[in-house]
Amino acid sequence: MASDASAPLLEIRGLTKSFPGVKALEGVDFTVRRGEVHALMGENGAGKSTLIKVLTGVYAPDGGTFRLGGAVIRPASTKEAEAVGISTVYQEVNLIPHLSVAENICLGRQPTRFGFVDWAGMTRRAVAALARVDLRIDVRRPLSSYSIAIQQLTALARALDVSARLLILDEPTSSLDAREVGELFQVLRKLRAEGLGIVMVTHFLDQVYAIADRITVLRDGRLVGEYETAKLPRMELVSRMVGRDWSAVAAAPRAVAGVGEPTGEVLLELRNFGRPGLVGPVDFSLRAGEVMGLAGLLGSGRTETARLIFGIERARTGEMRLGGRPIKVHSPRQAIREGLAFTSENRKLEGIIPHLSVRENIILALQAREGLLRPLPRARQLALADEFIQLLGISTPGPEQAVMNLSGGNQQKVLLARWLALQPRLLILDEPTRGIDVGAKAEIEKLVQSLRAKGLAILFISSELEEVVRGCRRVVVLRDRVQVGELTGPALTEEGILQTIAGASHAP
Amino acid sequence: MKPPRLNSQYIPLVATGVVLAVLYVTGGCLFPNFFSLRVLVNLFGGNAVLGVAAIGATFVILSGGIDLSVGAVIGFTSILIATLVEEHHVAPLLAISLALLLGTGFGAGMGALIQRFELPPFLVTLAGMFLARGLAFVVRPDNLGIHHPFYAEGINHSLALQLDSRVSWPFAATCFVALFLVALVLAHYTRLGRNIYALGGDETSARLMGLPVARTKIATYTIGGFCSALAGVVYTFTTQNGDPAACVGKELEAIAAVVIGGTLLSGGVGFVAGTGMGVLILGLIQTLITYQNLNSWWTVIVVGLLLLLFILLQNVVSALSGRLDNTARHG
Repeated sequence: MASDASAPLLEIRGLTKSFPGVKALEGVDFTVRRGEVHALMGENGAGKSTLIKVLTGVYAPDGGTFRLGGAVIRPASTKEAEAVGISTVYQEVNLIPHLSVAENICLGRQPTRFGFVDWAGMTRRAVAALARVDLRIDVRRPLSSYSIAIQQLTALARALDVSARLLILDEPTSSLDAREVGELFQVLRKLRAEGLGIVMVTHFLDQVYAIADRITVLRDGRLVGEYETAKLPRMELVSRMVGRDWSAVAAAPRAVAGVGEPTGEVLLELRNFGRPGLVGPVDFSLRAGEVMGLAGLLGSGRTETARLIFGIERARTGEMRLGGRPIKVHSPRQAIREGLAFTSENRKLEGIIPHLSVRENIILALQAREGLLRPLPRARQLALADEFIQLLGISTPGPEQAVMNLSGGNQQKVLLARWLALQPRLLILDEPTRGIDVGAKAEIEKLVQSLRAKGLAILFISSELEEVVRGCRRVVVLRDRVQVGELTGPALTEEGILQTIAGASHAP
Repeated sequence: MKPPRLNSQYIPLVATGVVLAVLYVTGGCLFPNFFSLRVLVNLFGGNAVLGVAAIGATFVILSGGIDLSVGAVIGFTSILIATLVEEHHVAPLLAISLALLLGTGFGAGMGALIQRFELPPFLVTLAGMFLARGLAFVVRPDNLGIHHPFYAEGINHSLALQLDSRVSWPFAATCFVALFLVALVLAHYTRLGRNIYALGGDETSARLMGLPVARTKIATYTIGGFCSALAGVVYTFTTQNGDPAACVGKELEAIAAVVIGGTLLSGGVGFVAGTGMGVLILGLIQTLITYQNLNSWWTVIVVGLLLLLFILLQNVVSALSGRLDNTARHG
């Protein structure tokens, strides 16, 4: 059985894994053959990383069978997974930066002589391991003195140094530039020819079509399907990932585009704006009284663009103009002074302070701008809180309720109120409807439109295409961290966005 | 190929070496008999307790942890040995073995707590400090001289090396140097030693690399406990005395020696050799201030300033190397 070359290398049947309150994986099948690169794809929460963590022994599965080369396996730790031939290279280089390249490759399995580490032998072994990934460097220097690309190849060399049969690469290219990706793929092709099974998780469509033989798509913890790359058009892949039935989208009546003609002046202008390695270049302008959408798959650079505009990361290229005046935003503080507001997609981690009350959460940013030496009078705080509770329809027993006791949609409204209290000119909403129920979603959408009508410029980031098409007059589409199109008027449909994401030239 | 350059990790070590040399030469220039054999021998003998403790602290700090129980364990060990030998007439070697065993087990216990329940090392070893100090006073509330022939004759004469007619190399210094050599090999030539570096460098990565994180962490505190107990033993050698109140705050002095020796308090970077030099630097400052006839509190002030200087230096070095890494990534 194990010697049968045509049998699959890895066979997973009916894999199930739950976390408290969430079914992360439900009855997922996954098959990898020898000598293939298999792309594992899916949007946020699809279950890719859970699948990989189960496979590498980090999580214990609740149900399902694993076969590697025909034999049933059940790795209970990274070490056990390695022992049966499953090696992993993680997205973030998970090595020890201060130690030498040679040590990083050999840690835990250093060659020894009379029980003591044989440094010369280790250097030789590291050089040999790196030769397999076509890298020749001084292995005695610390890992941190090399580029991320070389660190990634070092991690790959470490993974191969145990006799790996199945290699898992978790977003291996996310910090590499185009040339480095090319070099990595060169190595992967060589390893594939050697008969290794390679699983690759990635968000970059171009890369999938450049190297993957087959694709497995997951969505919401379930298997959507397994396809041969050559027989799966990009459009179809994208629509399967985002969960919009392709034929339904194409057949659906075109959404009414052109919601609300802009009333004001151009407020924000970005020209060739970006930061190499993070996102860009992006070019667009936004008027007062306009809602513009930013669409793209997970990891396409939507949030990164917002972070650049808001000064959380500094832009390195291009120009940003605010109200016609060129400006360099160095920090969120400065952005706030300039009338910018940003609600993060990660509202639990970066926005709401759960133990503070609704009132305290609302006045937070305003008080920060005023400075701690000029406390807002309590009456004013209460007036503000009441005003926004009414305006946004926050359902809470009162302004003194702790925010953690509110529903997700109401927490989102509190966050919004915090920024609106500053009376901003530009509001950036990053996934404002994630994780809240349908009714609350509709309310937030309505709110966005009424804010627009009041003359606010709004940059609306969402993975839900329906929402974007319904609420925005124009949509800028990003793919692989570059702006690939701007849709407006009749072209602004779900179909149009999907086509732009997939790359129109490759569309069927 | 890039031109070879000094690995930025060695800069603090080199700086420590330079400070040590400058202090020694300064002393030699200021005071006529500073370069004598006696000063050198006293430097090692007088700082043996600190040296042994600091070597243990080096491993703990390299692993990314901290051990605050060092001084208390020294006190406990010393009074335990003194009481056993003088009042219960236990053979000194047996008493010493027992004390070492207890200290090592104590360290292992703290390590197990830190590992098993993911408790902060600061708090666990703080509790360990109170516990050990309290136990020391339970053993005996006041100090007790050791007059057993093994100490009076063996340690002082037979085991000391007569260097010339007036100067002899004390056995305590031999213990320090021997432990130093063992520690060098342990840190740099064993898998355990390298795993301690990896653990301190990045615990998550170490776990994902399949390294035995749990075992390594417990082993680190076990080594720490052994070294604390050995420092207690060495204390009885140098003072011929057991004292439950001995060495209060010694752990902080040990940490200072480790940091001055170029080890990062955040873990993962550092050298046993650096700690050796750090201990000698602290000793030299003490000697210089004694020669200068200054109040000994000046020692503490100078050590404080030096510590500050080294922390700043490390900050600059890591900022510089961070910048180099960034240019390598984006340049």
